[in-house]
Amino acid sequence: MRAQFILSEIGIGLRRNLSMTISVVLVTFVCLTFLGAAALLQAQIDKMKDDWYDKVEVSVFLCPANSAAPTCAAGEVTQEQRDDILAALDSPQVAAFVQEIYPESKEQAFEAFQRQFGDQFWASAATAEDMNASLRIKLTDPEQYQVVADVVSGRPGVESVEDQRRLFDNLFLVLDRATWAAGGLAAIMLLAAVLLITTTIRLSALSRKRETGIMRLVGASTLFIQLPFMLEGAIAATLGAALAIGGLWLGVEYLVTDWLGQSVTWIPYVSTADVLTIAPLLVVVAFVLAAISSLVTLSRYTKV
Amino acid sequence: MIRFENVTKVYARGARPALDRVSLDVERGEFVFLVGASGSGKSTFLRLVMREERASAGKVFVAGKELGTLSSWKVPHLRRQIGAVFQDFRLLPTKSVFENVAFALQVIGKPRHHILTTVPDVLDMVGLAGKEKRRPHELSGGEQQRVAIARAFVNRPSILLADEPTGNLDPTTSLGIMRLLDRINRTGTTVVMATHDDEIVDQMRKRVIELSTGEMVRDQSRGVYGSDR
Repeated sequence: MRAQFILSEIGIGLRRNLSMTISVVLVTFVCLTFLGAAALLQAQIDKMKDDWYDKVEVSVFLCPANSAAPTCAAGEVTQEQRDDILAALDSPQVAAFVQEIYPESKEQAFEAFQRQFGDQFWASAATAEDMNASLRIKLTDPEQYQVVADVVSGRPGVESVEDQRRLFDNLFLVLDRATWAAGGLAAIMLLAAVLLITTTIRLSALSRKRETGIMRLVGASTLFIQLPFMLEGAIAATLGAALAIGGLWLGVEYLVTDWLGQSVTWIPYVSTADVLTIAPLLVVVAFVLAAISSLVTLSRYTKV
Repeated sequence: MIRFENVTKVYARGARPALDRVSLDVERGEFVFLVGASGSGKSTFLRLVMREERASAGKVFVAGKELGTLSSWKVPHLRRQIGAVFQDFRLLPTKSVFENVAFALQVIGKPRHHILTTVPDVLDMVGLAGKEKRRPHELSGGEQQRVAIARAFVNRPSILLADEPTGNLDPTTSLGIMRLLDRINRTGTTVVMATHDDEIVDQMRKRVIELSTGEMVRDQSRGVYGSDR
């Protein structure tokens, strides 16, 4: 009897405020889509960091024959200087951060250069003598770049130290900002959603004031009176969450996997599995939204 | 059944009290008229019994419980022992007579078979047998009030409060309603009725409590409406 009664009350409430119910669904949908997009962007950044940071190295470029750098005043790097640099990298304070050192000669650098740019007209004039010999250092933790760089840079025979990670940092910065933008929009929409759900529940409560008045009079419990309203909000918000999850799923499937994944293949992308990972989070947010709105409204409009 | 001990109710700070140090006792099974001009405190009295308001000072006891210390989650339970009837009937216009009465049982979680047996009984008792499917707007004022009484009585409360139940009805219809209330009273239900209707009070010869600007000025058994008669 009770469940049936409450369900019919919910049905009446949702139908009576149909346009408001739809607007709650839509606002929650948009809000959670932004929230989900922000979460997916962060997941994308993490994926790329995981993938790329493993591959990146710190390059210590050694002095070529004619360099303007002050540390190269003595001309091309000597074997003695080279040993000195290697000894510094082996010293106790940095050895723990260095995983592996690959020396690269001028000839090897030239080969790599030829492989990459050999078909470009401007590269045809280059010779092995124009290349820098270098030490490629693989770090145990790519975040500890600065420690290693401080030890070697400025030493005689070292022209410059470059962290390949820097190349990606701008990209990550853009993605990070995008995350913040999506998160900010989500926060604004979240506020709009709370206000809208509050208003909807209030309208619903006012339009059923006569019923709730009689319920109070004959001794219905507070929970029994308020439950239909709470569930109305929760149902609308959950519908919005379902739409958001569906939207994100389609977006990732068709925009990322099918389109970006086919055209730019060297980036590891988020997948629909990631959408399903964040789905419970979105549902929880929707529920919390509805719960907060209900508590705020119902304590005022259906008081015992 | 109902006991007021020095009860004062002030709605707004500094305003004249709606009830001023009222003390009285209503025994189980009594029929009491509450009379007095508008604003004399009759409705406040009823609202205090329903625990829709709390007393500003003094103690209100209903069915053995002190309402000032009653926690709010126990209030619904208190109200299940009290039926209430109003001048404006307060029926749900979209529900039929049967549904209006059944509503009172549904919302306190009574099982379906209980509702299906109890509601026809009480409708029969108030004289509405055969009109179960009508909507309130298809009924006369007197019939609507009978529906409201049926709804108030369907859960067999020990107290029935009536706030000017005949206020919107003609004398003949009012008399019918009074007979019904009297019948309910004779089942052992305590009835407290606030009214302006002097004819009814004079005819019924029940206990009369008169309020004037919040103070109790008369408590007379087998009384009449005006104290000067």
